[in-house]
Amino acid sequence: MELHQLTIHELQEKIKEGKTSAEQIAESVFQRIDAVEKRVHSYIRLMKDEAMAVADKADKDIKKGDIKALTGIPIALKDIVCTKGISTTCGSHILHNFVPPYDATVVEKLRDAGAVFVGKANMDEFAMGSSTETSYFGPTRNPWDLERIPGGSSGGSATAVAADECIASIGSDTGGSIRQPAALCGIVGLKPTYGRVSRFGLVAFASSLDQIGPFTKDVEDCAIMMNVLAGYDPRESTSVRAEIPDYRQFVGHDIKGWKVGIPKEYFVEGIDPEVNSAIQKTITVLEKSGAKIVEISLPHTQYCLAVYYIIAPAEASSNLARYDGVKYGFRSPDSGDLLDMYKKTRMQGFGAEVKRRIMIGTYALSAGYYDAYYKKASQVRSLIKRDFEEAWKKCDVILTPTTPTPAFKIGEKTDNPLQMYLSDVFTISSNLAGIPGISVPCGFTSDGLPIGVQFLAGHFEEGKLIQIASAYEKNAKIEKRRPKL
Amino acid sequence: MDFEAVIGLEVHAQLLTDTKIFCGCSTKFGAAPNSHTCQICLGMPGVLPVLNKKVVEFAMKMALATNCEINKSCSFARKNYFYPDLPKGYQISQYAYPLAEHGYVILDVDGKQKKIGITRIHMEEDAGKLIHDEHNPVSYIDLNRTGVPLIEIVSEPDMRSSEEAADYLKRLHEILVYLEICDGNMEEGSFRCDANVSIRPKGQKEFGTRAELKNMNSFRNVQRALEYEIKRQQYIVENGGTVVQETRLWDDAQGSTTSMRSKEEAHDYRYFPDPDLVPILVDKAWGEKIRKQIPELPLAKRERFVKDYQIPAYDAGVLTADKALADYYEKVVRLCAQPKAASNWVMGDVLRFLNEEKREIKSCPITPVALAEMISLIDEGTISGKMAKDIVEEMYKTGKQPKKIIEEKGLVQITDEGELIKTITSIMEANPNQLTDYRGGKEKLFGFFVGQVMKATQGKANPQLVNELLKKMLTG
Repeated sequence: MELHQLTIHELQEKIKEGKTSAEQIAESVFQRIDAVEKRVHSYIRLMKDEAMAVADKADKDIKKGDIKALTGIPIALKDIVCTKGISTTCGSHILHNFVPPYDATVVEKLRDAGAVFVGKANMDEFAMGSSTETSYFGPTRNPWDLERIPGGSSGGSATAVAADECIASIGSDTGGSIRQPAALCGIVGLKPTYGRVSRFGLVAFASSLDQIGPFTKDVEDCAIMMNVLAGYDPRESTSVRAEIPDYRQFVGHDIKGWKVGIPKEYFVEGIDPEVNSAIQKTITVLEKSGAKIVEISLPHTQYCLAVYYIIAPAEASSNLARYDGVKYGFRSPDSGDLLDMYKKTRMQGFGAEVKRRIMIGTYALSAGYYDAYYKKASQVRSLIKRDFEEAWKKCDVILTPTTPTPAFKIGEKTDNPLQMYLSDVFTISSNLAGIPGISVPCGFTSDGLPIGVQFLAGHFEEGKLIQIASAYEKNAKIEKRRPKL
Repeated sequence: MDFEAVIGLEVHAQLLTDTKIFCGCSTKFGAAPNSHTCQICLGMPGVLPVLNKKVVEFAMKMALATNCEINKSCSFARKNYFYPDLPKGYQISQYAYPLAEHGYVILDVDGKQKKIGITRIHMEEDAGKLIHDEHNPVSYIDLNRTGVPLIEIVSEPDMRSSEEAADYLKRLHEILVYLEICDGNMEEGSFRCDANVSIRPKGQKEFGTRAELKNMNSFRNVQRALEYEIKRQQYIVENGGTVVQETRLWDDAQGSTTSMRSKEEAHDYRYFPDPDLVPILVDKAWGEKIRKQIPELPLAKRERFVKDYQIPAYDAGVLTADKALADYYEKVVRLCAQPKAASNWVMGDVLRFLNEEKREIKSCPITPVALAEMISLIDEGTISGKMAKDIVEEMYKTGKQPKKIIEEKGLVQITDEGELIKTITSIMEANPNQLTDYRGGKEKLFGFFVGQVMKATQGKANPQLVNELLKKMLTG
C-alpha cells in the first residue's frame, strides 16, 4: 500500500513508530494528485508550497514527540471555508478572486491539530447542486466512473478522498452535500448536529441548515476528525454548548439490542433496485449483529423536499445579497450606474442554478407570498422535527438509503432541476430537523458504482452514529475496492 | 373647513455602547474612514453576528423609561435591500417580535397632560455612509458606522400639531440623554427622526392619506417640515385634489418637501427571521436589574422641583431640560438653601454666559459651591444684588471664588449704620435747597438723595439700610 492510500489512524501509527514522515506522506499525496487530478478535478486550488512547509514543521514536532490528533495528515478543504490569505471561491465566478482576511473556525482547529492542507476542493457553486457540475471551475468526475458525477455539492472533497488525493477532507452539508457524494464515491461522510461544528467562516448558503462535516476513508477516521471539529464557538450564536465525548470511544463496539428504525415512507418508489438490495443486505447484517429492526413512520416525509426548496433558497437569496460587486469579488467591467452594476455583476457573476434559487427564494419571501411559502414551510418544518422526536421513542437510530440511485452520468440531470433535487430526497430531512446523519459504504452495483447507507440519530448523538457505522463496517466485510484510475 | 393634522414619529437613536451591536469594533464617531471595521461589520463571506448584550440593556432602559412592556422573547429579522452602504445586502433589525411595545410619553399641552403612545421600540444595526465626490463621478464608502447599534422608537399617530411633535421629540431626546444611552447629537446623526403626517377634517375619525417625511436634522426642521407639509396637504384638499401616499424629502434650504418615491416604488424588504441569531429571552430578574439602574427621569424631576423647591413650573422645566444642569442647580440649592434665588441665578446669568460661548454646564467656570456662596453673601447683606451682577461675571471670567473677588476689589457692602449716618449728614449739609424742597413736599427728591449716597459710597452702601436711614433723617 502506498502512503496516500492509508487512513488517518494507519498513518498515525506509522508516524509514531517512526516508519514514515509528514513530508513523505505529503509527497505521496501530491504525486497521486499529479497522476490523477487532471482526470478527476477534485481541486480548485492546490496548496503544495504551504503543505510542504507545514509538513516540514510537523516533522520537527514529531521529532520532539509533539504529535497531535492530525499531525502530518493531508486534508482537503471544500472551497467554501475561509482560509486567510488563500482564495476562497465557493466555486463561483463572483468570488473567483476573493481572498479572505481570516480563517474559519474549523480551519483554525484543523491547523492547531497539525493538519497539512492540500488544497481547496471543487464544489457546486455556493453549494447549490447535487453533482458538482455547477462549479464555475468545471465539473468534478467520479473516480469510479469518470463519465459520472461524484455527487455534490461537496463533490471535490469526496473525490479527493476516494481517489486518494488526500487522506480526509472537509465538506459542508445543507441538504445532503456531504452524505450524498460520500455515498456516490464509496467513502464515509458525516453531517453533524446543527450547532455542533462551528459555521464561523463557512460561506453561508442556507444558514439554518448548513453544517460542516468530514469525509473519511473509514469510520474510525470519521471519529478522529470529529474529535477535532466538534465544539462550541463563541463566534457563532447558534453554536451549542453541549458535552463533547471522545468520538473514538464509540469505534469497535457491538450494537446488540439496538433498535434500528426503518421509516416506511423512505421505501416507496423511485429507489434503484440495486440500491434497494444493498440496503436489504445491510439490514440483514445489522440483524445478525444483534440489532432489532423496527418499522417506524415519519409521516411528513413527503413534504421535506418542498419545505427545503422554500427555506434554503429564501435564506440563500438573503445570504447572497452581499455579492454585489461593491466590496470584493467580481464586478462587471461594463457597469454603468449603481443599478446597472448590481444587475450586470450578479447576472454575469452567478451561474444559472444560483440565480434560479435566488429568484425562488426572493419570491418566497415577497410581500403577499411570505405567509403561503416561507411561513408555511417553517411550520411544516416543525412537524418534520416532531416526526423524529416521535421516532426516537421507538428506535435508537434510523436507517435509510443515502441516495435513491447510484451516481448518474454527467449532464444527465442538468436540464432537469427537479430530477436533480430528488437525489437529496433522503438526506434533506435531517438538515431540516437539525439532527446528525452519516453515510457509510454498503456495497457496489453490478457496474461497480458505490452505494451508501445512511444512519440518523437524535441531536448530539454523533457517537451513536459512529458506533453503528463502525459495527456495520466491521461485520459487513464490504469488499475493499479502489477506483481504477 | 377646519383641518387637524395627525402625526406619528419614527425616531432612530444611536446607542452609546463602546462596541458595535454584532462585533467588537469601536463605535466612536469621527475616526478615519473604515478604520473601525472588521470582517463581520464589513459583511465578508462566512462571518456571523454575535449580539452585544449591552445593546439589549440600553434598549431595555429606554423601554422602561417610556412605560413600555418588554416582551419575554424577541428576535431579529433581516430587512433585505441593496445599497452600497449596506455591506451584507440586508440590515439586521427586529420586525415581528420587537423588544418592547405599548409605551407612552407624557407631554404638557396647554397646561394639560397628554399621553403620546409608543407603538414599539426595537433594536437594529446602523448602515454605513456614502461620501460623494463633488468634482468626480465617484462615491466613497465609509463603513465605520455600519453595525453601530440603534433603537427605533415608533410612536402612535397621537400628535395633532407640529408643536406637539417637536415637544414629543424633545421629551424623547431628554429621556435618552438622561439615561446616558444616546448622546442625542442630531447633526452627527445620533438622533434622527422621520415623520408620518396626514390631515383630516376636524371631527373625522378616519385618517387621511399620509406622507412620510425624511431628512430633517434638527428639532426646528422637524417642526418646519411638518408645518410645510400640513399646509401643502391642506392646499391640495381645499383645491379638490387628493393627497398621495409617498415618501417626501425635506429641503432645508428651500424650506419645502419634495417627493422621493411613491407607494408603488416602495421597497419590499422581504423581512424574515435572521437564522444566524437566536431569540432574546428577557426574564423578570433581568428586567428588574435594569429597572433599578434607571435614574430619576425629567418629568419626575420637574414635578419634584416644583414641589420641593417651590419654584415655578417654567423654572423647573428649564432647569431639568439637561440632567447636568439640574444636578448643578440642586448642588447650589443644597449649599445655600435658597431655591428661588438659585433658580434665578442659574437660569439668568449662568445660562446666559454659557449660551454666549456655547459651553456645557459641565465646563462652567462657576462651581456650584462658588455660586451658592455668592447667593449666601447677598442674603447676609455682605453684597447687594447689583454688586453681585458684576461679581458673578467676574467669577465666570476668572473662575475665582466670590469672596476673593470682593476682597480684591474692595467690594464689601457698607452696612455700618454709623458710617452711613455720617455720610448722609454731610450730603444733607451740602444740599440744603433740595432738603428744604423735600421737606416742603417734593417727595420725588428722595431718589436724588439715594443716588448721592450711592455715589459717595461707590455703590457699596446697603440699599435697604440707606432707604431706612434716609427716610428717618430727611424727615428730620
